[in-house]
Amino acid sequence: MAKKGVPLSEMATADTHGEDSPYFAGWKAYDEDPYDAASNPSGVIQMGLAENQVSFDLLEDYLEQHPQEFGWGCGISSFRENALFQDYHGLQTFRRAVALFMEQIRGGRTQFDPEHIVLTAGATAANELLSFILADPGDGLLIPTPYYPGFDRDLRWRTGVNIIPVHCNSSNGFQITLRALEDACTGAESMKVRVKGFLLTNPSNPLGVAITRPILEEILDFVSQKDIHLISDEIYSGSVFSSDEFVSMAEIVEARGHEERERVHIVYSLSKDLGLPGYRVGTIYSYNDQVVTTARRMSSFTLVSSQTQKMLASMLSDKEFTKNYLRTNRERLKKRYEFVVERLSNAGIRCLRGNAGLFCWMNLGELLEEPTVEGELSLWNLILHEAKLNISPGSSCHCLEAGWFRVCFANMSQQTLEVALRRMKDFTEKMKEG
Amino acid sequence: MNQKLLSRKAACNIHGQDSSYFLGWQEYEKNPYDPITNQTGIVQMGLAENQLCFDLIESWLENHPDPAAFKKDGALLFRELALFQDYHGLPAFKGALAKYMGEVRGNKVAFDPNRLVLTAGATSANETLMFCLAEPGEAFLLPTPYYPGFDRDLKWRTGAEIVPIHCSSSNGFRITKPALEAAYQDAKKRSLRVKGVLVTNPSNPLGTTLTRYELDILVDFVVAKDIHLISDEIYSGTNFDSPGFISIAEATKGRDNVSHRIHIVCSLSKDLGLPGFRVGAIYSENEAVVSAATKMSSFGMVSSQTQYLLAALLSDKEFTDKYLLENQKRLKERHDMLVEGLRRIGIGCLKGSAALFCWVDMRHLLKSNTFKGEMELWKKIVYQVGLNISPGSSCHCDEPGWFRVCFANMSEDTLTLAMQRLKSFVDSGDCGSNHDSGHQRPRKQFLTKWVLRLSSTDRKSER
Repeated sequence: MAKKGVPLSEMATADTHGEDSPYFAGWKAYDEDPYDAASNPSGVIQMGLAENQVSFDLLEDYLEQHPQEFGWGCGISSFRENALFQDYHGLQTFRRAVALFMEQIRGGRTQFDPEHIVLTAGATAANELLSFILADPGDGLLIPTPYYPGFDRDLRWRTGVNIIPVHCNSSNGFQITLRALEDACTGAESMKVRVKGFLLTNPSNPLGVAITRPILEEILDFVSQKDIHLISDEIYSGSVFSSDEFVSMAEIVEARGHEERERVHIVYSLSKDLGLPGYRVGTIYSYNDQVVTTARRMSSFTLVSSQTQKMLASMLSDKEFTKNYLRTNRERLKKRYEFVVERLSNAGIRCLRGNAGLFCWMNLGELLEEPTVEGELSLWNLILHEAKLNISPGSSCHCLEAGWFRVCFANMSQQTLEVALRRMKDFTEKMKEG
Repeated sequence: MNQKLLSRKAACNIHGQDSSYFLGWQEYEKNPYDPITNQTGIVQMGLAENQLCFDLIESWLENHPDPAAFKKDGALLFRELALFQDYHGLPAFKGALAKYMGEVRGNKVAFDPNRLVLTAGATSANETLMFCLAEPGEAFLLPTPYYPGFDRDLKWRTGAEIVPIHCSSSNGFRITKPALEAAYQDAKKRSLRVKGVLVTNPSNPLGTTLTRYELDILVDFVVAKDIHLISDEIYSGTNFDSPGFISIAEATKGRDNVSHRIHIVCSLSKDLGLPGFRVGAIYSENEAVVSAATKMSSFGMVSSQTQYLLAALLSDKEFTDKYLLENQKRLKERHDMLVEGLRRIGIGCLKGSAALFCWVDMRHLLKSNTFKGEMELWKKIVYQVGLNISPGSSCHCDEPGWFRVCFANMSEDTLTLAMQRLKSFVDSGDCGSNHDSGHQRPRKQFLTKWVLRLSSTDRKSER
């Protein structure tokens, strides 16, 4: 009889990976019964996945016009050089292209030095890396709620770092306030948790809102005063519907002195704006040399495939292409968003006024049997199994107010979106009648 | 901002980048040899890369342009691949990788694709296994000498410890029962709980394969102590001579109470020479390990673009059969060339049958039989002779005077040149106490700019 007891680590067996949350459970339900217009029209429609599928045609056209960028051409040395390239500094042409692209997204209002770019296999890895570098096990990172459910895993699981929520609520459109920041710090102090940094997602996931300049300034003042770090996760920066509505932390920082810059670290990725999550391209941009050096060394555990770096370097360096892409992508997302909000409004459903991202933050408070997490999860379950829509409950994003849901709209065709919104309308009408 | 405000992990130097292993690389990077533009530069013999068979892959790519272009039967798969971020990996790729792993092991064992976890390189695979198997402060036993990168990969962010299993030249650096037990007791004395043993087979830096006997005693040992066994088999496709390579999978076939504690690490960086593509994997029959490691692989996944290309390459049995044979043949030729070149200078090697380097015995060239003597010799070889080789101390070897010398990352001509330079150096008598200094050549012939640099690099430099 085989003995099966060789122990694994606590980390491997605990559930700090967070995959048991409803955020992921909904995905499973979708995987088991996925909607398909032709073959499974009554299947679950996935509205819980923040993917950008609205602009692939632009990328495909580009690739068709530049086929030489996929392969290695006839040059003998080109393939082997690329296959051997495992330098954790990353391909210089690619780093330059990423820096350029980030500048373009910000309308040329900021400058990014390629030497301060550290490449990682996705923003997931970038965030974890920063958590390892800026905090010790047991320390805390302040994060405004509601926040991306994946942070529970990315920032805490293997690092042993704690998340200290900075609670925001609908009374002011979920904006971050100084009071909320101070309360969170006081709370951490009483639990004897040392606060090491503040992580901001701008534009916000799940709110779909770009943070305003005055609030960004206030946040930078706050972290300076507390002498802590500031991580600005700007992975949705290219998905702000109107480019002049996005203010990057980089802009705020450039107007400040050296000392304040050193505490700021920006995370970016090609997964949302360009819709390329499969290629695993993330980056940390830090103004702090020591952080750059350490992050580079740590990136050994999570390097970007040189094949992918090479292909994307050419595409992202093409300024005409990227300019057109960014403009078209924004327009299409804006159109989708307005369509969704209008249809939901016709169904009597209100959303937070958003201006960015691949989702909207919807309020179904009126449909709850009770204004609690249980009430919200019960409604979520009904929507999943009856309306056959997988949407993300606010509680999985640590929202303190019950009844809010994140609804993704950019990961499906227009036709599927119409079916989904029709189902939502039918469901709410049925609920109100019942 | 107060620099103390980074974490302890950021501030320490467990990443090991201050070791001579990496310093040699840095010197090479400052002054790299090139047959045309920099003939007096440093020849890189410290990098275990396989550059001998790229032509085979390049010709395959030329004949099969579709996978790199995201095409399949005329359809463009760009968007599907772009969206594919499932950490279970592309099924076609895992299937092809499992099949390839079997072929490399002479099809004596078969691998189930569902037991594979894809990671961004073996670097990530080894670290992930540590996170899954050990708590901070717990230990893994590793036979010395071992790959210098393990100090970073296994310990840095995990907080795990490495306790050496001492191996010596007296028996060809073989693992013995007493050595295993002694290591276990060492850990106990240091109040470290041992969670497993990690071996590299074929060995880095020795270039040898584990014997059946060594494999058996290893398995007996981990069963008796109720611990894990990680077998890093990333060099499995580079076995070019007898004795052949026996995988831990083969050695444990049919044994009870074992499969749940065995975890194999693979990679395409060494066999196929594709380190830039970041393709590694963990293979385990332990479901809990596969499950935890799969979730952890979120932090270091393989690009779907790369998975797709390599799925096509590795599924082509005609290609993989031909590649494995030709790779072995060319590695053997190059290895023999290095061994013969060294023999002519009076330098011996441990008899190796695999990997991309030789474990070279330069004990007789040391001025003193100490690690200080080894460092002095190493510096001369790097700065005067212009060869970056890896000193045994960076691999935690117990005995001074051994060096790892790579042979598969350069052309034949460059290897020949490297041997000529070494010969001149040895003949000059500027080393060891065993040489007849009667025919000493004038010293100033060797006073190159690197000797001047010798005094400046002795200062601690800020990175």
